[in-house]
Amino acid sequence: MIHAEDVFRVFQEHRGDAIVIPTGTSGRRWGEFSTNENRDLNLGGAMGQTTSAALGLALGLPDEKVVLFDSEGALLMNMGILATIAGKKPQNFCHILLDNECYATTGGQPVPNAQEINYAGVAKESGYSSAYSFDDLEEFATNVEEIMQATGPVFVAIKVVPQIENEPIGMRVRPPTRSRAETIRDLQSELGISAD
Amino acid sequence: MVTQQAAVLSPEAMVEEFQKNGVTHVVTIPDSETNYLYELMKDQPWLDVVPASREGETFAIALGLLVAGQTPVVLIQNTGMMESGDSIRGMVLDAGFPLVMVVGYRGWNRHGVITDSAARYTEPFLNAFRINYYLVEQNDDSPRISTAFEEARATKRPVAILVGDEYHGFNR
Repeated sequence: MIHAEDVFRVFQEHRGDAIVIPTGTSGRRWGEFSTNENRDLNLGGAMGQTTSAALGLALGLPDEKVVLFDSEGALLMNMGILATIAGKKPQNFCHILLDNECYATTGGQPVPNAQEINYAGVAKESGYSSAYSFDDLEEFATNVEEIMQATGPVFVAIKVVPQIENEPIGMRVRPPTRSRAETIRDLQSELGISAD
Repeated sequence: MVTQQAAVLSPEAMVEEFQKNGVTHVVTIPDSETNYLYELMKDQPWLDVVPASREGETFAIALGLLVAGQTPVVLIQNTGMMESGDSIRGMVLDAGFPLVMVVGYRGWNRHGVITDSAARYTEPFLNAFRINYYLVEQNDDSPRISTAFEEARATKRPVAILVGDEYHGFNR
């Protein structure tokens, strides 16, 4: 397994101008590594539907690279989205799954069939252009540039160390982050999209 | 005995309203009553049809398109709308974007007894989410579609069109 922070540190060097959508407990660390905050986007969440929102963004901005850092718990809630994405074939979409094998935010209970399921296999057979699996940082680092240059939709499954939270929800300390509305406003301003 | 055919809502009227209101994408799960509408939409060069796997996806895909500056509509059946409750909450109501959702009103009828629970719960569902809606049954009602777009833009909220012609359907 790889630490999500290491994934982000390696990925950032190859990001270019890509719009990045981080999700899940693993995704919370992305802000420490991003050097282009105006292109970091919080699309909110609704039982795994951030993946769908990322697809909508990629379809609406075909000239922009869109990278989603997804989580396996979210994807399992909405696995049909893999077929939806593959059906529309967004060439600018890179779908990176940070798989920590558990619901880290609720105390680390395992997701269904956590260790046997092959997410990259499911994505590839759903019709993604290409799919990769990594549980070694060096191997990811060797391939990340090829991944970012590949024609999408590309799927990348990475086994990551869970960052389990056990404190009562009201006692958890969250680092300050920009709201969804703020990140949308900043991205639209960056791209010259009218908010009206 | 002469039987007069009831007035219907034509697929052309619906597509014309979409074009008039600048719609760029229709995010949809077709149902058995809307096949011809689906084919007509696919034939429009200005319109991108986005087929989804489950209705909850449609509202989130629409959010992404809205952030990108596009003008999507969601086209689903009332059963799928009810399945989409948390997506409507998190991806539409909380996000503050205008969205017209066209919803096939399965089980609805004007004159008989409604026996389909899909129809019985449709309007209570929309009321629970405080989503305003307009019933559209025939071509003469189609200006209500533009009214819905205007209201959505003014309020930055979702507005529903209930297609009460579900059992005529858009088949030919």
